[in-house]
Amino acid sequence: MLSASTKAPTAQPTDSELSSVEGMEHDAAGPQAAERGPEASSKVPRTSHRSQLVIEAGRTEQQYWRDLWSYRELFYFLAWRDLLVRYKQTAVGVAWSIIRPLLTMVVLTVVFGKLGKMPSGGVPYSLLVFSGMLPWLFFSTAMAESGNSLVANSNLISKVYFPRLIIIVSSVIASFVDFLISAVFMVGLMIWFRYAPPINVLFLPLFVLLAFAASLGVGLWIAALMVEYRDFRFIVPFMVQFGLYISPVGFQSSVVPERFRVLYSLNPMVGVIDGFRWCLLGRQNVHWSGLAVSVVGVIVLITSGLWYFRKTEQTFADVI
Amino acid sequence: MPGTAITIENLGKRYVIGHQRAKGDGMRHAIESAIRAPVTWLRSRRERKLQLVDFWALKDVSLQINQGEVVGIIGRNGAGKSTLLKILSRITVPTKGRIHIDGRIASLLEVGTGFHQELTGRENIFLNGAILGMTRAEIIRKFDEIVAFSEIEEFLDTPVKRYSSGMYVRLAFAVAAHLEPEILIVDEVLAVGDMDFQKKCLGKMEGFARSGRTVLFVSHNMEAIRSLCQRAVWMKDGKVNKDGLTDEVVESYFNSTSNEPRFSCSSPEYGLTIRCVRLKNDQGQETRHFRPGDDLAVEISYDAQKLIEKPIVALGIVGTSGSCFTSNMLLDGNRPARLEGAGQIICTFKSIPLLPQNYIVKMVVRAANIRDLIINYQEVAHFSVVGDLAEYGYTGEFLEYARASTPVVVPYEWRLPDGKAISVSLSKRVANLAC
Repeated sequence: MLSASTKAPTAQPTDSELSSVEGMEHDAAGPQAAERGPEASSKVPRTSHRSQLVIEAGRTEQQYWRDLWSYRELFYFLAWRDLLVRYKQTAVGVAWSIIRPLLTMVVLTVVFGKLGKMPSGGVPYSLLVFSGMLPWLFFSTAMAESGNSLVANSNLISKVYFPRLIIIVSSVIASFVDFLISAVFMVGLMIWFRYAPPINVLFLPLFVLLAFAASLGVGLWIAALMVEYRDFRFIVPFMVQFGLYISPVGFQSSVVPERFRVLYSLNPMVGVIDGFRWCLLGRQNVHWSGLAVSVVGVIVLITSGLWYFRKTEQTFADVI
Repeated sequence: MPGTAITIENLGKRYVIGHQRAKGDGMRHAIESAIRAPVTWLRSRRERKLQLVDFWALKDVSLQINQGEVVGIIGRNGAGKSTLLKILSRITVPTKGRIHIDGRIASLLEVGTGFHQELTGRENIFLNGAILGMTRAEIIRKFDEIVAFSEIEEFLDTPVKRYSSGMYVRLAFAVAAHLEPEILIVDEVLAVGDMDFQKKCLGKMEGFARSGRTVLFVSHNMEAIRSLCQRAVWMKDGKVNKDGLTDEVVESYFNSTSNEPRFSCSSPEYGLTIRCVRLKNDQGQETRHFRPGDDLAVEISYDAQKLIEKPIVALGIVGTSGSCFTSNMLLDGNRPARLEGAGQIICTFKSIPLLPQNYIVKMVVRAANIRDLIINYQEVAHFSVVGDLAEYGYTGEFLEYARASTPVVVPYEWRLPDGKAISVSLSKRVANLAC
C-alpha cells in the first residue's frame, strides 16, 4: 500500500510529495503506532521494536540525534581505541602525557619568567605556566586530533554508517583523558609548591566545559574542511605553534594593554586560560568583558561548527 | 500482510565528475574561484557546464523487498550495485527518490571495517562490534561464540598486524556473522579467504536467510546467488534491468553477455596485449552458445610489442560449481618458442562433455620463469551450453536437475542385472544406444 499511492510519477520531488510521504509514514505505522511511542522515549530493547527508517533525497535525517544516542557506546570505543593506539609500542607509554607539558613548562618558565622577567603576580612562575598549559595542551591536541580524525578514519566513513559526529567527539574525549592525567600532575605541582587553591576552584568545571566546547568547535570546522581541503593538514600545525604564543600560556593576559583586552579575548583560549588561572591560583581578577567575548566566541564557534559539519556530513563518503 | 522490509522509489544518485577532482582539490582553488566567481559568471556559464559532467550511478531504481526475502543483486562492475548498497546503508545520500526501511538494518560492505592493526584480536572484536552497531553487552554475550567461530583462540591477545591474512579475515567475518539485524546487506565479502572459509561464510548466510530475515546480497558468484536467493535483481547502467526468480535472471544475465564487448587487456611491463578472446564452434562461427558435444575453440588474439620467449598459457573452463577442465602448457609443455608481433593461439576442446549450464573461460599467461604473471588468471569469456538432453538419449524424469548437476559427463556405460548395457554420452546426438 505504500508504493501504490506514492508511485504516482512525479517528475520532481516536490513539497506535495514530501507531505504525502509524511502522511504515508503514519498510515503505514498504523498497527505499530502504539509501539512507537515508548520506542521513541526509551530505545533500550532495540530488537523488540521495529525500527523505521526513511532515507530521502534532499532531506536531512531527523533520526540523526536519535542515532547519536543509540550509537552512544561508540563514543567510548573510539576514544578507547585512540588512547590504546596512541601509546602502543612506546617505551614509557602514558608518561608522555606528563613529559610533554613538563618540558614545555620548563622552557616557558625559563624564557618568559627568568629571561623575559614577566610579572607573575606573586605566584611561582612554573605554576602560572602550568595552569595555562593545562587547557592549552588539551585544546591544541584536541584540535589537531579531531581535525585529522575524519581523514584518518576514512575507511570507516566509506564503509559503514554511524553519525560522523562521534568520530570528532571521541577524539576530543581521548585528548581529554590526557588532560586529566596532566591535571593530576598539576595537583602534585601545587602540593610541591605548597600552594592551596582558592575557593574559586569550584568553578573549574565550567572552564573545563568551555575548553571542551572550544576544542570541539574548532575540531568540527577543521575536520569537515579537511575532508575536502587537505591544506588543513599544513595549517593545523601552524595554528598549534602560533597559538602557544598568541594565547596567554607563558605569561599572564594582564600584560596585554587594557584597551586591547577585549580584542585579545576574541581568541577563545584567552577566556579559558584566564579562567583556569583564576580558579587554580586566584590572584588575578576576572576580566568580565573579556570573558564574555570568549564565551560568546566559543558558542559561535561550536554552533557554526555543528551547522557546517551537518551540512557537509552527507557528502563525506563521496568526497573523502 | 507479510510486510515490506525495504521500499525503494525512483532512487537516483548523481556524481559530478571532474568537479573537485579535476580542478584540483586544494583550498587555493576554492579561494581562487571565489575571487573569480563574479568574472566567470559574467564571462560565460557554458564553459563551466563543460567542466562538470553529471554521472548518474543510479537512475530511477524502484524495488520492493518483502520481509524474509533473500535477494541477490547481480550485474557487471559499474552497474550501480555498490552505490545502491551504499545508499541503503546510509553511507551516502541519494540525489533523488526515497527509501523506506522497516526493521533494524546492518550492512557488511567489507569485512573488518575499523579493524586496527595495532590492537589485539580481543580489542578488535569489541571495536569492530561497536562500529557495526552492537552494544557492549551484546558483544560480551557473544564473545565466546565469535572467538570459536573465528578459530583464533590462541592469538586473541596478539596484535592483528601479526595475523596471517586468513586469520584476519576469519576474525573479521566472525564478528560480522554475529550481528543480529532484521535486514542484512552484504557486498562481495565472500570473495575473501580460502575455500573452506568461504563455505563456512555461505553456511552462515544460509542459516541467516533460513531464520526468516531479509537479506540483500551482491555477488559475482552465481553459484552463491543461486543457492542463497530465491529472487535476483540484475542491475545494468544504474537501472534495474531484470527482476525475478533467480534462475531466470541469472540465465538471461549469462545470455546477454554475448552482446557485450569481448575481453581485452594488456601488460605494459611485458609489452603483451590480448586483443580479444573469441569462442568458436565446430563451424568456425563465433558464438557463446554451444551444444553438448560441440567443439569449443578458444581463440586468443595477441599483439606482442616486445619479444616474449616461451610463455605459458593456461585456460580453465569453470562452471557454477567450480573448475571443469583445463588446458595448461605448464603441464603439457607445448609452449610457443616466442611471441612477437600480432598472432593467435587457439585451443580447441574436443566435443565438450558438458551439461546445459553456464560456464566461464579463465586464462592466465605466465613468463618463461613460471613465477611471473604476464596476464593474471582471470575471466576472459563466458558461454552457455544449451540443448535438449533428450536428444542425447537422456530419458530421466528429472531432467531439469541437470542444471544443478556436476557439469562434466564423461561417457559411461550402465550394465544392468538383466544383462542390458547402455552407454551414455554427451558427445553425439543419437538415439538410445541399446544393445
